[in-house]
Amino acid sequence: MEYLLIQVLNGVQLGLLMFLLAAGLTLTFGIMDLVNLAHGSLYMMGAYIAWTFVTWTDSFVLGALLALPATFALGMAVEAVVMRRLYARDHLDQVLATFGLILFFNELVRVLWGPAGKSIAVPPFLSRTIEILPGVPYPAYRFALIVVGAVVAILLAWLVARTRLGMLIRAGASNRRMIAALGVNIELLFSLVFGLGAVFAGLAGLMAAPISSVKIGMGDDILILAFVIIVIGGIGSIKGAFVAAMLVGQIDIVGRAFLPDLLKTVMPPASASAAAPAISQVLVYILMAGVLVWRPTGLFGQRA
Amino acid sequence: MKSGLFGAATIAAVAFGLQPVWAQDSVKIGFVSTFSGPQAAIGEDMRRSVELALEHLGGKMGGKKIEIVYEDDQFKPDVGKARSEKLVQQDKVNFVSGYIWSNVLLASLKTVADEGDTILVGANAGPSQIAGELCNKNFFSTSWNNDQTPMAMGEYLNTKGVKSLYVVGPNYAAGKDMLAGVKRTYKGKLMGEDYTKWPDQLDFSAELTKIGAAKPEGIFIFYPGAHGVQFVKQWAQSGLNKTVPLYQVFSIDAITLPQQGELALGTLGAQEWVNDLPNDQNKRYVADFKKKHNTYPSYYGAQSYDAIMLIASAVEALKGDLGNKDKVRAEMKKANFKSLRGDFKFNTNQFPIQNFYIQETVKDPQGMMTVKTIATAVTAAKDPYYEKCSMK
Repeated sequence: MEYLLIQVLNGVQLGLLMFLLAAGLTLTFGIMDLVNLAHGSLYMMGAYIAWTFVTWTDSFVLGALLALPATFALGMAVEAVVMRRLYARDHLDQVLATFGLILFFNELVRVLWGPAGKSIAVPPFLSRTIEILPGVPYPAYRFALIVVGAVVAILLAWLVARTRLGMLIRAGASNRRMIAALGVNIELLFSLVFGLGAVFAGLAGLMAAPISSVKIGMGDDILILAFVIIVIGGIGSIKGAFVAAMLVGQIDIVGRAFLPDLLKTVMPPASASAAAPAISQVLVYILMAGVLVWRPTGLFGQRA
Repeated sequence: MKSGLFGAATIAAVAFGLQPVWAQDSVKIGFVSTFSGPQAAIGEDMRRSVELALEHLGGKMGGKKIEIVYEDDQFKPDVGKARSEKLVQQDKVNFVSGYIWSNVLLASLKTVADEGDTILVGANAGPSQIAGELCNKNFFSTSWNNDQTPMAMGEYLNTKGVKSLYVVGPNYAAGKDMLAGVKRTYKGKLMGEDYTKWPDQLDFSAELTKIGAAKPEGIFIFYPGAHGVQFVKQWAQSGLNKTVPLYQVFSIDAITLPQQGELALGTLGAQEWVNDLPNDQNKRYVADFKKKHNTYPSYYGAQSYDAIMLIASAVEALKGDLGNKDKVRAEMKKANFKSLRGDFKFNTNQFPIQNFYIQETVKDPQGMMTVKTIATAVTAAKDPYYEKCSMK
């Protein structure tokens, strides 16, 4: 029972991290109609910038707080220099240009920080385990990730549902030309949305850094999963991204934690332990295929 | 005038490049490794050791200049194969070496050794297939077969009396070999076995939770490079470092230790080469490497250094005449060079017969994290596949 609870928490933690990354992606894709492959690079840059500030200030919290506005500024700059030229182009051009950005950022990191990768230590007050239930230990840092992720998700929900900016974002997602016609400064809106997406990606990157490590290309692997999430959730929908990220987090953990034992009940142990990793690796894609058959626009998608 | 001359020379060079007219004057070695992306630190360590070997050789073998062409496999089998093809067909190298990853080596073997009839010296990867049924007269290894290092670890765990073990590794060619290796020799109870997605799974929370629930007396892992950093960190954060000791192969080394830091202190691993092996050539290599780069070399580097020295021994013996490939292979097979690990001898499948040591992660007197030898796990070990090789 406790084992199940911890595995569920592991899934929630993974899901929240993925949500932070997917939220920015779904905003840019849904509202700006921009395929941004370089979103993973912002995740990486967030982590590297955080490493720089953490090393400089000698405090994880302070470093993280400084890194967020820096990532926001970086996002705005990327939008102004590169993305703005791509809105009118078709998706293939956007894919090419943003793929180029991935290469650019990976090389930039190599030049600035070297090829070896960096590590950010877990802040001392979180580098222990806490008892979430009596006798059930859980890493404190992972628990903090869940708390921060949940708080950010709630803030984002509030921003989108209750503020004027959120109203414009939602309007932009459903009909861009109409809100432009109504006199909304769409250029500024796009800049803000892109910067916001960059902050969330950067936050995900810097929060993931102490668990994994800060390295070149760290965003490239995780980006594919983020795309899967926004497709499952429905492009442009924050709610969809949240639900899908939670689903993907749980499915991933189920595949890794429970599938081998489940398979052993229906096939010989040797073939079960051979088949389990293969199956658990494609579970997420099976889920995506299933959702697309059932709802071609994703769980909460609006546009066909 | 000057630039005109230069231009003409360039054109001539390009035109004659197709038929290497001065090929007799130099020995060309292609070196394939990972020089970009998250695992680039390993490739860099290998390159530094190759450069050091060249320096120790005075830039010459058998009286000829040495020319090294580095190629980046980008950590991808298809790219590695394409780069190997380029080395053999376009650069017309005399030898190809390097290869960190088993899947990259498996993809490139046929291109280099069969289609290119070029001698390949594997400096790290040692997939079971190449030690066994795919063994090749053109393939020599200065490392090991994948199974061997974990087999040595398994033997050590038996003598240490570790009664139960949980094994985890990545789901690709080398990961399967490594876990098969430790299971082959380990006699205690196997509490669980997990294969994780390679190379993109970096979160091991589910696996660590399973290990915590299974309560084994030890965890055995194989996670090379960046992945080893992740696993060790998460093992420590989960609190398991206080209850379940970690035993590893290729997961804690000179490349990963700067990032793992004190979390890795006291962990044990198996290896065929350690920086403190007491032979003269090793002392010189480690000292010169440390002086130049202010860090310890890793086994990746030591194996690459050995690969260049092995090639040099054959070229020296033939006085630089590489025309007859049978003669080159015969000289290579003698392994008449001073390996950094001490005695070095090839088995029939052209993989080394060698000792494996147990190393502990410690801090050196200067406070730098490193590993030191604490025991010899097995001596003159042969890999378990050589009898399947058709070369006798």
